[in-house]
Amino acid sequence: MGKNLSGKTVFIVAVLLVFVYGIVGIPKGGLRASLERRINLGLDLKGGTHLVLEVHANEAVASAVDRDAVRLTTDLQAAGISGATAARSDASKPTTIVVSGIPVAKQSDARSVFNGVNYNAYDVASGADGTMTLTMKQQSANDLVTRTVDTSIETIRERIDKLGVAEPTIQKYGLGENQILVELPGLDDPARVEDVIQSTAKLEIHAVTGGPYASDQDALQANNGIIPPDSILVKGAAQAGAPEQVWLLKRVSEVEGTDFRDAQPSTDQNGRPNITFTLTTEAGDRFYKYTNEHSATSATPGSMAIVLDNKVREVAGINSAIRDRGEIVGGFTKQQAADLSLMLRTGALPASISFLETRTVGPSLGAASIRQGVFAAIAGMAAVMVFMLIYYRGAGINADLALVLNLIILLGFMGFTGSTLTLPGIAGVILTIGMGVDSNVLIFERIREELRAGKSAAIAVQQGFAHAWVTIIDTHVTTIVSALILFLFGTGPVRGFAVTLAFGLLANLFTAVFVSRVIFDSHLQGKERGAALSI
Amino acid sequence: MEFFRNTNIDWLGKKWYFLGFSLIFSVSGVLSMLFWHGIPKGVDFTGGTQIRVAFDGTPNEDHIRQAMDKAGVRDARIQRVSDPSGHAANKVIIALPINSATDQAHDAGRQAVENALATNYRDSKATIEQVEIVGPTAGKQLQQQALLATVYSLIGMLIYLWFRFELIYGVAAVVAVFHDTLITVGAFSLTNTEITLTVIAALLTLIGYSMNDTIVVFDRIRENLGMNRREGLADVVNRSINQTLSRTVLTSGLTFLTVLSLYLFGGEVLHGFSFALVVGILIGTYSSIAVAAPMLVAYQEWRSGRGKTVSLPANKKARA
Repeated sequence: MGKNLSGKTVFIVAVLLVFVYGIVGIPKGGLRASLERRINLGLDLKGGTHLVLEVHANEAVASAVDRDAVRLTTDLQAAGISGATAARSDASKPTTIVVSGIPVAKQSDARSVFNGVNYNAYDVASGADGTMTLTMKQQSANDLVTRTVDTSIETIRERIDKLGVAEPTIQKYGLGENQILVELPGLDDPARVEDVIQSTAKLEIHAVTGGPYASDQDALQANNGIIPPDSILVKGAAQAGAPEQVWLLKRVSEVEGTDFRDAQPSTDQNGRPNITFTLTTEAGDRFYKYTNEHSATSATPGSMAIVLDNKVREVAGINSAIRDRGEIVGGFTKQQAADLSLMLRTGALPASISFLETRTVGPSLGAASIRQGVFAAIAGMAAVMVFMLIYYRGAGINADLALVLNLIILLGFMGFTGSTLTLPGIAGVILTIGMGVDSNVLIFERIREELRAGKSAAIAVQQGFAHAWVTIIDTHVTTIVSALILFLFGTGPVRGFAVTLAFGLLANLFTAVFVSRVIFDSHLQGKERGAALSI
Repeated sequence: MEFFRNTNIDWLGKKWYFLGFSLIFSVSGVLSMLFWHGIPKGVDFTGGTQIRVAFDGTPNEDHIRQAMDKAGVRDARIQRVSDPSGHAANKVIIALPINSATDQAHDAGRQAVENALATNYRDSKATIEQVEIVGPTAGKQLQQQALLATVYSLIGMLIYLWFRFELIYGVAAVVAVFHDTLITVGAFSLTNTEITLTVIAALLTLIGYSMNDTIVVFDRIRENLGMNRREGLADVVNRSINQTLSRTVLTSGLTFLTVLSLYLFGGEVLHGFSFALVVGILIGTYSSIAVAAPMLVAYQEWRSGRGKTVSLPANKKARA
């Protein structure tokens, strides 16, 4: 047994060293600095901004379906099926395109168009009275949503990187597919970052088909009470002193966010801040075709509306054909023009977003919280340790050593895994202390019972551990089960708490059961059978 | 040193007192939830805006309210916060209800409050320490998640106990834990203390803790049943409670000590969290003795009253 025991001692010391390394790493610049480097503090402790936002990915799906409907009409005409029109179904079925007006003789031709490579994301079905419907496959719609959210994450990341926030967290969040968590630690002025993320900068250029009108009702009246299916009503951006205006625009945009290649803040000839933009080659060609057909000198002159975040910013007549360069004048301030061009440069968000949660903790509150939390943990632990020494005398040392080791392992684990210590996490530490004490108390009380029954010290220790072990396993497994579920279904700080608790319990199994036993055994080793136990 | 050596208390004989005690506390909590304060939900669940402001001096709530009214911030709830230990009474929480049915205008309330503070408290006399804005969607979602987490963790524990003991043990433990949660939430309602996300974490901890306590007693019952088959279940249960009493009081006392230090020194941010634990530790300890264990006996009596063959629960042997 002697050799076995020294082996175990070596093992314990090795574990201790490994986790001490986990806490402080290679000591550099003092203990405090090492600690701060290794232990990741949550935003509630170091201050910062926590945002949860939702990507309205359905918008991206609807506009993809819109584009496909437009292309489908063109493709059908190219296949010689004139008179057929395709349009997205109503809002209740945003993934469905209804094609009407296909002559009976051309049905099979139409089918072969539908089966073409451009429409393999759709299921085709024949409806009543000669219409056919294409419905986007669930899988394709899901993929599109995922892609939209991923693109949003990338876009937001680039915007935040350009703002120079250190170590931001940007990731998918929650149970839903379309939520994003943004954490910006140690942020002094969250307001501007919020603005930059919040502005979706969904920039589109639409053809104007009517307006401006003073209100929605006026617009309806002017169009005999119906909004044409290929058009939408869009309000103008609110401007101080100006009356509200509404325009009727073509539903499908000529140019959208992803078509922009570059954007720079500049000033127009009157010295007002504006934004000059450059389009991608493909979009430039498209834009040229459109503006050439509708320029002031052409047969069908038209005007365009620049729509930012679903508000008309500017309406301009098309003086001449434009290829890939243009400018936006929209009553911006200098700061707005700079921020907006930053957003356009880093890519527009593929869909608009809304904020679900915003939490900001100032650095002073964080510092106060950590001081208080740590003080509470130390005070609680000290009280427990003193009590254990008084109540269990010699065995109290076992318990106290186990507790300290438990704490070291727990913190070391957090250092290794980069887990975040949050305020509830500190509470988790305190609870771990409670559970650790419980294991020791269970064991010690059992040993006392055995001693009272007249067993020798060695037998009492052995029996005490054996009896208590069953209970300790049961209690720990149930608590770990609840910590696990907490981790799975909880969010943010609750998760931090669950991680701390779960690992604390594992550490506790090791210290209270294994380490404490080794201490008892080494104490009893070499003593005669009748030796007394200080417990 | 030693407390409770050879205690011989007839716990089951006091079951009617226990029942009365539990009823008084749970019923008054439920009545408060139904007719008085309801379940006071924090901004995490209701949605809305909550802004914590620290003032240099002692703030005048009326003055703050006037400042808010002047800025057009309606329905603001202004509440002075202080530590349980009485410190930091210079902080105020300004809470605004959700102001629109959608997630739009997310930030409007916050900006209005910030402006009002900036114009009325110049020279950094008012520092915004914390801002929490939760939209209605997130609030609903968080509430749903919290409920789900609770129900799932209860089911998880029930299954574990079923596997390790017998179904009735799992049921008794879950009933006891439900009893604890009900009374603790009742305490939040009676004292009108807001339930936040961290409080939910505390409630789940309390569930784990109460389970822990119950399992210790159950484990002893199982062990004693395995050793002595002639003793009646009631006697075994009584003896098991007495045998573990020393441990129960010690552990609960020490855990209580740690959560009390959290309550007193942990700062007002953790106030709700530590309040739940302080109440929960007391009630969780009580319920393992006064609710869970008597249920085993009641179940057995009910079974034998119906003329069924009485099988003592826990015929699965302890491995010790």
